[in-house]
Amino acid sequence: MTPLSPVMNSPWQIWVVILALGLGTWLLRFSFLGIIGDRPLPPVVQKLLRYTPVAVIPGLVAPAVLWPAATGGEPDAARLAAAAVTILAGVLSRNVLAAILAGMVALYLVPYLVPLLAG
Amino acid sequence: MTPPLPPPDTARAFRRGLLTALPFLIVVGPFGLLFGLVATDAGMTMVQTMAFSVVVIAGAAQFAAVQLIQDGAPLAIVILTALAVNLRMAMYSAALTPHLGGAPLSWRAFAAYVLMDQNFVAGLAEFQRHPERPAQEKAAFFIGMGLGLGLPWYAVTWVGIVFGRAIPPEYALDFAVPITFLATVSPLLRSPAHIAAAVTSVGVTLALWWMPYSTGLLVAGVVAMITGATVETLLTRERPQA
Repeated sequence: MTPLSPVMNSPWQIWVVILALGLGTWLLRFSFLGIIGDRPLPPVVQKLLRYTPVAVIPGLVAPAVLWPAATGGEPDAARLAAAAVTILAGVLSRNVLAAILAGMVALYLVPYLVPLLAG
Repeated sequence: MTPPLPPPDTARAFRRGLLTALPFLIVVGPFGLLFGLVATDAGMTMVQTMAFSVVVIAGAAQFAAVQLIQDGAPLAIVILTALAVNLRMAMYSAALTPHLGGAPLSWRAFAAYVLMDQNFVAGLAEFQRHPERPAQEKAAFFIGMGLGLGLPWYAVTWVGIVFGRAIPPEYALDFAVPITFLATVSPLLRSPAHIAAAVTSVGVTLALWWMPYSTGLLVAGVVAMITGATVETLLTRERPQA
């Protein structure tokens, strides 16, 4: 059992987290859709926003690939290989589903292959 | 007040959105299962865990919040950090506005509720292929895809709460999340500008990992967006000479 955190110790605090996070997230999602409406954005802003997914998601993922919490932050061959295979499959196939499948196969196969190759 | 009749293709766009969401269920499945497991393991009740998935409906932020609660972080830090993880939603919202901005307010409010990484990327790709479609039809497609992702998200959270404990740790389900994100983003690496943005994102995030509460990720996101736009500008300027 993990030690109880200040938030877990009082049920109302969990509800505050859920409601504040729900409202705050919705406001972030609604911000431009709700306030700006169909007025056009400046071309510079549109150009910047084209890069939002490739600018945020790789950074969001990188620490989890290099220092996974499940191994206590130690780099792990299976996870590194799975990440590399997923990126390669995604770039080559342009297919999200194929990339996920390739990555999961690598994740589960590498722990079996590494002892074979090392032995 | 008599509302105008919806364009005839709205229902079809909605169904097409639902179908487009189907392949992503292989993503949402493990992700939601894992959230049910992790939240229950952290000591949350079934009602609290389900409320998390229904009210917040944002996987990465939900995981971030539960992680911080387990780490013993105070209330304000839990909320602010999870919101920081979701700041990208405001950027998504801005990127979708040229396409969905003309739809009725209630449609936009609901589209905002179901706005996620997967339907943002797939939706924007669809709208860039068919920019001429009316805003209402685009919104119907987007909401269809959002519900196609959101309803299974609630369901698998529940399944995760009930059955998640039976999954042994060696299945490395934690890594379904990074694989999903990488698979979503790697087909987008189709130009030098996109690759430059992705590399910058990783490099700056890792360099700023010492900054508290994921704030380095936000800096990296902004720097990487500027990098992508700058590389694009430089390459289009050079092309006529080449």
